[in-house]
Amino acid sequence: MGRITLDKVAKRFGDVEVIPPLDLTIEEGEFVVFVGPSGCGKSTLLRLIAGLEDVSGGQIRIDGKDATLTPPAKRGLAMVFQSYALYPHMSVRKNIAFPLKMAGMDQAEQDRRIDNAAKILNLTDYIDRKPGQLSGGQRQRVAIGRAIVREPAAFLFDEPLSNLDAALRVGMRLEITELHSRLKTTMIYVTHDQVEAMTMADKIVVLRAGHIEQVGSPLELYRSPRNLFVAGFIGSPKMNLIAGAEAKKHGAATIGIRPEHINVSKTEGAWKGRVGVSEHLGSDTFFYVHDTGLVDDITVRVPGEFDLKSGDTVYLTPEADKIHRFDDKGLRFE
Amino acid sequence: MARAISTRRKIGITALAWALGLLIFFPILWTFLTSFKSEADAIADPPLFLNFHWTMENYFAVQERSDYFKHFWNSVVIAGGSTLLGLIIAVPAAWSMAFVPGKYTKDVLMWMLSTKMMPPVGVLIPIYLIFRSTGLLDSKTGLVIVMTLINLPIIVWMLYTYFKEIPGEILEAARMDGATLREEIIYVLTPMAIPGIASTLLLNVILAWNEAFWTLNLAASKAAPLTTFIAGYSSPEGLFYAKLSAASIMAIAPILIMGWFSQKQLVRGLTFGAVK
Repeated sequence: MGRITLDKVAKRFGDVEVIPPLDLTIEEGEFVVFVGPSGCGKSTLLRLIAGLEDVSGGQIRIDGKDATLTPPAKRGLAMVFQSYALYPHMSVRKNIAFPLKMAGMDQAEQDRRIDNAAKILNLTDYIDRKPGQLSGGQRQRVAIGRAIVREPAAFLFDEPLSNLDAALRVGMRLEITELHSRLKTTMIYVTHDQVEAMTMADKIVVLRAGHIEQVGSPLELYRSPRNLFVAGFIGSPKMNLIAGAEAKKHGAATIGIRPEHINVSKTEGAWKGRVGVSEHLGSDTFFYVHDTGLVDDITVRVPGEFDLKSGDTVYLTPEADKIHRFDDKGLRFE
Repeated sequence: MARAISTRRKIGITALAWALGLLIFFPILWTFLTSFKSEADAIADPPLFLNFHWTMENYFAVQERSDYFKHFWNSVVIAGGSTLLGLIIAVPAAWSMAFVPGKYTKDVLMWMLSTKMMPPVGVLIPIYLIFRSTGLLDSKTGLVIVMTLINLPIIVWMLYTYFKEIPGEILEAARMDGATLREEIIYVLTPMAIPGIASTLLLNVILAWNEAFWTLNLAASKAAPLTTFIAGYSSPEGLFYAKLSAASIMAIAPILIMGWFSQKQLVRGLTFGAVK
């Protein structure tokens, strides 16, 4: 259970077309991440699937059945919101029980499922507390608990980690991924954070202005981005995009090279430049190199420490087989 | 130095606040005192403040001459009934305006408020005639209906303001969790809005309890609430200040006691929208 098909789904708010007709299939059990910059329509797309917004055209099928006009309650999907959206007047237990109560499930089965979810998510110790007495991470766990007890056809996550601090975010990211491998239920996850997308997804859907720019596994997107937008969006730090004479040498309008695919030398190399800012992460060092005559800044990523100071002259050599070539329309070609 | 000024200022403001408070409270205090005077003491010149012969005779006289509890019960039914009926209508109305606003929601809200700008006497005759031909004159049902309509705009406005403060995502979560619209309102929205609903309810009970224009004009005896009870001691009986005061105190006592115990809710209700 949990195959979701979007067939020419479109959304307009008044005269503004937020999502032009779009096709997408989400396979059963898949972890799909919608990623893109703010305002790209990723949340709207999720809300269309949830039924919280009405589509302006097209059809949504869940497990083969047309669900376009089905109210959210009847779609068998569970959603986790960015703000957690817990019921503040109910205890953790009552929050988790709410969807079961609405479904009219008998008490014994309710208790069994709640206890199970509480155990999976480590909620047992504060099951009788109110949401106001919990930390952000605990609240998010309750929200996830409320979603999993229903055993839905699919989970929808709307930027669930954005309100958490960085350390907690990494922990919860792992928990959600583990939850997916345990439950094997379809999950659709919306985020603007490409690191979340890369680490969690089976399949990433990159969106821009309501258009799907590319669909693929994280490594597919990393290795062969379909166009300049995806090339620039996926990967951290960002891919260096170089236009002009240097690109012409490779027979392209623009070439792209990732910071980690540039070799650094103090003595010789293809491009000469001057070190600007360097960022030391311990495991890696990022250099921002000026005055190469190519683009303003070339970002370079070197594993471990590298002894270069601001103002030093540096020589850069891109790995030839890691150069991405793009035509004048911004599309990648081999 | 700055501290000294601010202390002096504090004392000044406190004194002013007390002075204003006493000024507003004075009529009620005076009524209270007068109700324990003999009729002669009540009209004494210069007025007697505390040095008079305290007596309960006015209260006994009032209770002997008219049935306090009948009027009291009518007031309870009219104020309580109209408030409940008002809430039942206003909760869904405010829900839809707060959470699924349409193009004309703001206009509807303004229009509802504008009905409060109309002088009630302007519609007295038509309503009186309608009530006469439908047999609603001097009936509790009729007064409950009129009171509901009179106060509905205020109830809707207050609830609308409270509902606006509730994040929409929580209601969407309820929808995702399988709640129908009815269940969403009963299990999620209403409990979250309880403080708001409570102050709306209190304020409305007070408004309906004290409302005199419609109750005096549409009810004479059978359905007459405490406002009629007070009015009964004003003109036709001559100038019986002490008895009039006793009747007034008896009429406002229940609402005064209720207000005293729910001060916190009331203050929130009266300043709604002003402070968050």
